[in-house]
Amino acid sequence: MATNRASYDETQYSTLNLGPTHPATHGIFQNVLTMDGEIIVDAVSTVGYIHRAFEKLAEHRPYNQITTITDRLNYCSAPINNMGWHMTVEKLIGAEIPKRAQYMRVIIMELSRIADHIVCDTVIAVDTGAMTGFLHMMQYREAIYEIFEEICGARLTTNIGRIGGLERDFSPKAWDKINVFMREFPKALTEFQKLVDRNRIFMDRTINVGPISQEMALDYGFTGPNLRAAGVDYDVRVASPYSSYEDFQFDIPVGTNGDTYDRYMVRMEEMWQSYGIIQQAIKNMPDGSFHADLPEFYLPPKQDVYSKMEALIYHFKIVMGETEIPKGEVYHAVEGGNGELGFYLVSDGGRQPFRLHFRRPCFIYYQAYTEMIKGGLLSDAILTMSSMNVIAGELDA
Amino acid sequence: MSELLEIVREKLQNKFEGALLNAEMQYDYPVFTLEKSNTKVILQFLKEDPDLNFHFLTTMCGLHHPENAPEQEFALMYQLHNMPKNWRIRIKTYMSKQDLDMPTVTDIWKTAGWMERQEFDFFGFNFVGHSNLTRILNMDEMNYHPMRKEYPLEDAMREDKDDKMFGR
Repeated sequence: MATNRASYDETQYSTLNLGPTHPATHGIFQNVLTMDGEIIVDAVSTVGYIHRAFEKLAEHRPYNQITTITDRLNYCSAPINNMGWHMTVEKLIGAEIPKRAQYMRVIIMELSRIADHIVCDTVIAVDTGAMTGFLHMMQYREAIYEIFEEICGARLTTNIGRIGGLERDFSPKAWDKINVFMREFPKALTEFQKLVDRNRIFMDRTINVGPISQEMALDYGFTGPNLRAAGVDYDVRVASPYSSYEDFQFDIPVGTNGDTYDRYMVRMEEMWQSYGIIQQAIKNMPDGSFHADLPEFYLPPKQDVYSKMEALIYHFKIVMGETEIPKGEVYHAVEGGNGELGFYLVSDGGRQPFRLHFRRPCFIYYQAYTEMIKGGLLSDAILTMSSMNVIAGELDA
Repeated sequence: MSELLEIVREKLQNKFEGALLNAEMQYDYPVFTLEKSNTKVILQFLKEDPDLNFHFLTTMCGLHHPENAPEQEFALMYQLHNMPKNWRIRIKTYMSKQDLDMPTVTDIWKTAGWMERQEFDFFGFNFVGHSNLTRILNMDEMNYHPMRKEYPLEDAMREDKDDKMFGR
């Protein structure tokens, strides 16, 4: 838009540093903007401020200790990353996971998807000036974190689940908390939608802001809600189902313009779909074990460690990271909060991965950001960023 | 997915004789090892062929195999996706340490821009034709490519630590 203006050459541009630590960027992102008044003429983004060498680090750790690295990718929905990693290793070793464990994983993953989308959608509202909804909905993210705490003992960086299943069954208290959440969440989300969805100010601020076309989105490797907002119905849960997603009935919402409003609405509808999936998982929860019988990878019960020789040996080998993984090369993708989160794992038969590459959706689609904000207003650039849900941990690995 | 292996193998063998070095299934993925000089042409073909239509570059990454023969020490992996048919394949190509030049694929898929910068940063692949091949996640002053196997986990540029007592 700005580039078409006739007086372009005579204009005095100013350079503006947006970030690295700016309260409105929700994380460590630096964009050096060339501004013509309020309009962005050019932008250069710098990434890597919180790079922690995850791929190198993973080559030096036993498999069960890599879960903690995955926590710190997209920390808004850490359980999805954890599960994705466990499933990658399970694919490599060819493990069959009991149905019950798979359904429990689905509940955990969909809860964290809701938590992720709550943060993203309410923050879009905050960036347009609506604080109330954010504070109200944060209570429900808190409720989800309390469920995680009950299941695994941690809230943000969960390290939830193990290779082969989950570390323990849901306790009665965890079920109580899930039921309370399921009872109260729809009312709150409906309320939030009433506040924001058709709000004139919100619509004016978000419609046609930071749009991306279908072709561009595919060219830039978009996945997840951002790609679906542009109108492509690609979802890993449907395209290549994992963890029994084929058993569930759910819709994939798609947008049309790929603008901020569509991204907001797609995430909003996905929360309802996730809610539906959890309902089905609770209703059809199969009986059985919450973990597979994988003595080499799954820690034995503590009383066996003290009384049985095999259990003691396996316990020792797992804790000391001396379990050898068969040779192979595997790629597994899950639908993370932001899109296709892929793990490309190469094992040379050793105790640590030979190579582990994370396909981090944020890193891949954030490179389109500078193009999406060019010609727009500075305040719209902030909204575009929050609606893309760029998470610094996932971006910088 | 092994039908897909056959479909792509046949196409590549007919069109690019001798460029396809190996085709096999790795778990649920068909993996094709290509001769380095033809890799870009084949990637372009895989995208533009109307039957195959691998229009989406899922990811790409580098690999360092010090245990391989010198001419196969480094490798690049590309994963392509045909969304309508849900076909996914992996392309691999090997190269020696002296010859890390690879034509860029940013003109085929824009998304390769940062992926290639990342692999340059960590392994030192030289993507010929890339418009801005600079470090992306590491700092600009870094003087080595840290994902190569010979480098330790800890920052190799540090001078404040003495490893007489504690090895790195």
